[in-house]
Amino acid sequence: MKFDDYIYDLSSPGRKGVDLPEPDVPETPIPEEFLRDDLPLPELSLVQVTRHYLRLSQKNYAVDKGFYPLGSCTMKYNPKVNEWAARLPGFANVHPLQDPSTVQGAMGLMYELQEMIAEIAGFDAVSLQPAAGAHGEFAGVLIMRAAQLARGETQRYKILVPDSAHGTNPASTSMAGFTAVQIPSDADGNVDIEALKAALDDKVIGIMITNPNTLGLFESNIVEVCDLVHEAGGLVYGDGANLNAIMGIVRPGDLGIDVMHFNLHKTFSTPHGGGGPGSGPVGVTSELAPFLPGPIVALNEAGDEYVWKQPEQSIGRIKSFYGNFGVMVKAYVYIKMHGAAGLQQVSETAVLNANYLQSRILQMGDYPVPYGHRFCKHETVAQGKIAGAEGIRTLDIAKRLIDYDFHPPTIYFPLIVHEALMIEPTETEDKETIDAFLDALHAIAVEAREHPELLHDAPHNAPVRRLDEVRAARTPILIRLPDTTTAT
Amino acid sequence: MRYIPLTDDDRRAMMEAIGIKDIGELFADVPAEYRYPDLQLPEPMTEMEVMRELDMIAAENANLREFASFLGAGAYNHFVPAIVDSIISRGEFYTAYTPYQPEISQGTLQAAFEYQSMVAALTGMEAVNASHYDGATAVAEAAIMAVNIQRHKRRTIVVSPSLHPQYREVLRTYVQGMELKVVGDETHDNDFHALIDRCDDDTAVVIVQNPDFLGQLHTPQEMQDLADAVHAKGALLAVSTDPIALGILKPPGEYGADIVTAEGQVLGNSLSFGGPYLGIFAFRMKHVRKSSGRLVGETVDAEGRRGYVLTLSTREQHIRREKATSNICSNQALNALAAAAYLAAMGKHGLRKVAELSWHKAHYAAQKIDALDGYEVLADKPFFKEFVVKCPRPVAEINQYLLEEYGIIGGYDLSQDYPHLGEAMLLCVTEMNTREEIDDLATALREAAASPIRLNLEVSL
Repeated sequence: MKFDDYIYDLSSPGRKGVDLPEPDVPETPIPEEFLRDDLPLPELSLVQVTRHYLRLSQKNYAVDKGFYPLGSCTMKYNPKVNEWAARLPGFANVHPLQDPSTVQGAMGLMYELQEMIAEIAGFDAVSLQPAAGAHGEFAGVLIMRAAQLARGETQRYKILVPDSAHGTNPASTSMAGFTAVQIPSDADGNVDIEALKAALDDKVIGIMITNPNTLGLFESNIVEVCDLVHEAGGLVYGDGANLNAIMGIVRPGDLGIDVMHFNLHKTFSTPHGGGGPGSGPVGVTSELAPFLPGPIVALNEAGDEYVWKQPEQSIGRIKSFYGNFGVMVKAYVYIKMHGAAGLQQVSETAVLNANYLQSRILQMGDYPVPYGHRFCKHETVAQGKIAGAEGIRTLDIAKRLIDYDFHPPTIYFPLIVHEALMIEPTETEDKETIDAFLDALHAIAVEAREHPELLHDAPHNAPVRRLDEVRAARTPILIRLPDTTTAT
Repeated sequence: MRYIPLTDDDRRAMMEAIGIKDIGELFADVPAEYRYPDLQLPEPMTEMEVMRELDMIAAENANLREFASFLGAGAYNHFVPAIVDSIISRGEFYTAYTPYQPEISQGTLQAAFEYQSMVAALTGMEAVNASHYDGATAVAEAAIMAVNIQRHKRRTIVVSPSLHPQYREVLRTYVQGMELKVVGDETHDNDFHALIDRCDDDTAVVIVQNPDFLGQLHTPQEMQDLADAVHAKGALLAVSTDPIALGILKPPGEYGADIVTAEGQVLGNSLSFGGPYLGIFAFRMKHVRKSSGRLVGETVDAEGRRGYVLTLSTREQHIRREKATSNICSNQALNALAAAAYLAAMGKHGLRKVAELSWHKAHYAAQKIDALDGYEVLADKPFFKEFVVKCPRPVAEINQYLLEEYGIIGGYDLSQDYPHLGEAMLLCVTEMNTREEIDDLATALREAAASPIRLNLEVSL
């Protein structure tokens, strides 16, 4: 049995990678009592390090390699010019605590990005400080809390969350000290209005709503939902994860959303980095603007200089410094290259691609599409329930797609769809790619009926076979160091 | 346009397949009165135009390739070998999502597992997560984890006044709805006995920084004594540290810390005006099920080959929802990859050397500055790469002189966060500062003490 090289297995005592200069100042002895006995890091050459990581990279699937229709994640192409821009020395080599007079370029970029994001989604103010979507969401819930307290509504503690919501919504609710109350969806995939009415009372802080929702459907009752919540004294939080469907089509702020986070790493093409970094700015109405986390960038009174500003009743700082600036640069470039018409075309095409995919799946007939009677938005949710292949589950279909050289869709989410396959093609895929994916889905359905073992044992062509996740969780091995220090 | 590959023929064929004549039909469920807003955005630019604009914006910032800098205070100018950017620039790494499909994410997963292992080695801890957002949010998550470990029976968090001021702010932001108390930093008394005195049977965790925000070092024995005293009171000890310092200094895992956090930016990540950075988060294995954030674990595949998966996900929001240990989803994976690549490339010898160079240069600078009339280096305790200098006039005025006359970016003005120190700045010296820069700094400081320059009050921090 040959293991792939593990970084410590490559190490040889005395080998060095990066060389550093000798001190050009007199040396000051370091008191013995502070010193560590050993520094158990690997000892590698730069050739080894280069090859190690190159080989690792080749075991990844990525947008740069092929179709990655991971629902709710908006895996669009990540433009290379974005990467170029973020690495300019005037951005990458700037310290966050420099005097504002020396960083007017960076602050101006942030200011303009705040303004553009607010315009795209119809808000009055934006803070760029949150580091990711869930972080922006947490900021948003804290803003709602602060606003309700400022109104004197101290009795409110409940946040309504539709059953189709991302898991971060109830988790952010709990972190803010509130109770999440689940609201069911109706037969069309919208928030059930009657259930909403029944849940609304003077204990409700507000609702967290994703629109388009995680079924890929536009909440056609959104204005009514917002009105009902507002009438009950609540606020409306918008989860901006799915903004890629509606840029230039409709502005959440116009619909009655009070506060919303944005995922720059989804909608605005900044890469996901294998899990991060993201950037999760939060936008608000003028009523909520004083509560934004900060500092944010403002213009001075004369309008000729950018200054840091802490909103008057801010929930406080939610991250060190100002946010993931390097990610902001990439989103800025993307928006500047698109303009209003370009962003509208992005959303229209993302929705066109998803509906093409949905209608072809419906025509194929292999996979149920529970809300296929409606046009979807940027994504569609099918089910891995293939007639005549009852032993096959969505997981098997996903793993078999790997053999066809596609990244599987999001699976088993949203929770309200049994055996869900949540497919988001994005606007940057061409028709041939989508057709090839559909062909693979159909071929897999045929295999499921005729050769189910092909699916059960999949993937066959990946760097590893199916991995034992139960074993990993039962006796967790989270680190591996030489000698006896492996923790289990 | 831009990154959309569909041709007009494609669109026609696709609309025909859907059964629509106009794309607008797909948006019929959007309320008509709000449909198609007239967005006021700048006109679109081509790649050539946008590169020209970005070059100009970037050039408006004073960058540390051109300016000598002695600014630290939580973000540090350390050397980043070229290999790091080469690795994180591979599309296979940076255009992948969270590794939800492990069979085609072994690159991300193994790299993260190796990151966890190398950071465990560095901190002397038993387990490390795949990252939090930054050093500040890692502290907040440590406090929440500690309260969870204490089963919410202890609800007070004691923080040292010499924990980074922004970390304390972020901690307070995080817990504002949780009915937890944050105490300990009401005065600037930096003595551990005062912190221990604040501990009672409601104290969940004590959080200190070492080297602390003011650069000072506590000896491993002092730290061990603190850990023992905190544990004797039934509380946990969380230590925020500097990963570069751990190249030479005894790690928190060896003096009784239960949770170790750090700003990992220093490990191969650029300054980038404050982010993206890296929240390092390490802990004792016995607390793993109360930990937050993603964890990568080792396992085997169907043929018995070693492989890696995301594990213990039942702690996380996508499974546990409102009962999750944190709401974190996206983290700082690519920054953790940069840290791993940095640690691998620097290795045992390189990291030690970086730490030693920072120590020697910082101490050389401190000696030179302490000898200047009007300046005094506070040295009641040893320090690592940062130290406090009492100044003869407001720091903002001195920094303005340094910048205008010498092109030097001076230290962090402590007057807002630590007014009891008077006119004082926090200076940082790393391996990136040459002797010549340090000598220039000393000269510039000497001149600034007597210079008639007056602060332009419109430029304020």
